[in-house]
Amino acid sequence: MTLVVVGASLAGLRAVEAARRTGYRGRVVLVGAEEHLPYDRPPLSKAFLATGGPVAVEPFHSEEVLREVLGVELMLGAPAEGLDIGAREVTVAGTAVRYDALVIATGATARTLPGARTLRTAEDAVAVRAALDRGARTVVIGAGFIGSEVASAARARGLPVTIVEAAAVPLARAVGETAGAALAGLHHEAGTELRLGTEVTGVTEDGVHLAGGEVLPADLVVAGIGAVPATGWLEGSGLVLHERDRGVVCDATLSAGAPGVYAAGDVAHVANPLFDGHLRLEHWTNAAEQGAAAARHALDPASARPLEAVPYFWSDWYGHRIQFVGTPVADEVVTAGDTTLYRRGDRLVGALTVDRPREIMKHRRRIATGAAWADALAFAGTA
Amino acid sequence: MRIEADRGKCDGLGMCEAMAPDFFEVGEDGTVVVLDERPGEEHRQDLAAAVDACPVLALKLT
Repeated sequence: MTLVVVGASLAGLRAVEAARRTGYRGRVVLVGAEEHLPYDRPPLSKAFLATGGPVAVEPFHSEEVLREVLGVELMLGAPAEGLDIGAREVTVAGTAVRYDALVIATGATARTLPGARTLRTAEDAVAVRAALDRGARTVVIGAGFIGSEVASAARARGLPVTIVEAAAVPLARAVGETAGAALAGLHHEAGTELRLGTEVTGVTEDGVHLAGGEVLPADLVVAGIGAVPATGWLEGSGLVLHERDRGVVCDATLSAGAPGVYAAGDVAHVANPLFDGHLRLEHWTNAAEQGAAAARHALDPASARPLEAVPYFWSDWYGHRIQFVGTPVADEVVTAGDTTLYRRGDRLVGALTVDRPREIMKHRRRIATGAAWADALAFAGTA
Repeated sequence: MRIEADRGKCDGLGMCEAMAPDFFEVGEDGTVVVLDERPGEEHRQDLAAAVDACPVLALKLT
């Protein structure tokens, strides 16, 4: 029996750990496009960018632990090139690797913009940190979570930073318009200039060129404009890829529709029974939970159960912790102080808090259990 | 069985509370409060899941 896990980031690592935890003693092969041992990404845009932050990107486990304790065969620096679901083979660096169980966890790749850096990999983080260390004037393109965290790191060093965002309200898709507008206020308070409804036409040595003709001078330009599932290697494999984003379409058990093949993390477009639809999430928690479940299901398909996880993500800006659970797609949104609640029908479906760490998981539990909206409002009012 | 929480390491993300709300809670100061430090063996599976879910490896079962 061979378990092959393609993708050596969080979801892939959780997959190999879970496989061993279930008592599986067979062969495990972990395939990764990057040369690095698996490492954690959230710190790359947070602690790693801070003055006096960690100097190196630390792996989750040493190579010795991965090989000796977890018994993992590593194929790093070797992107997967193809999948044959009939022969049950993955092609890695020209070699066919046969699997009985396969977990696809290749994640997503940052969208790029010529002249701008991205912040997705360890190399990206080292480069951004070095520019901040040199006192860069920074322009961030895209007011999403990555862009906002970069701006926060720059301001913490007292450096000038401007965020340019094409949409009129930042983060509308992630948290809805009401909360997005409120979060934009954190940038203003911290002295980050925020240009909304502004298109970028290009980036040159002079800086960032805006549609109106203005040029924003910059020593560091970071594009935080989203990521696309890394599924080029799956085109033509017979797996169904989502028509909009090319994510791997999975059922609620993470099955990708071929024998023994499951997907997890940023790459997976998964049916979610709680929210009546398919979701592709780029959240740490989603990658961790799905990675473990995908390995268990791939090794023992009879045990596969639908995942009913409530999405959860967090972001840290300017010393504030932003936490979100559930979905922002709602009939009504109510904000009370630092808490925003999202209603669909008579149920609570989402919650956003700023600096209310004690409350967020209680909201999550209410969402998971289909709590009545009135009860959720009462809790938020008295919390 | 004993739960050990390193509150210095804890980043208050609440994954433990999500997995095992009877045993963990994020406190007012944003770090974990262990509600029952000596739980019964029958809870081992839930607690192991909570320990594994911690993003900063601040929890241990001994």
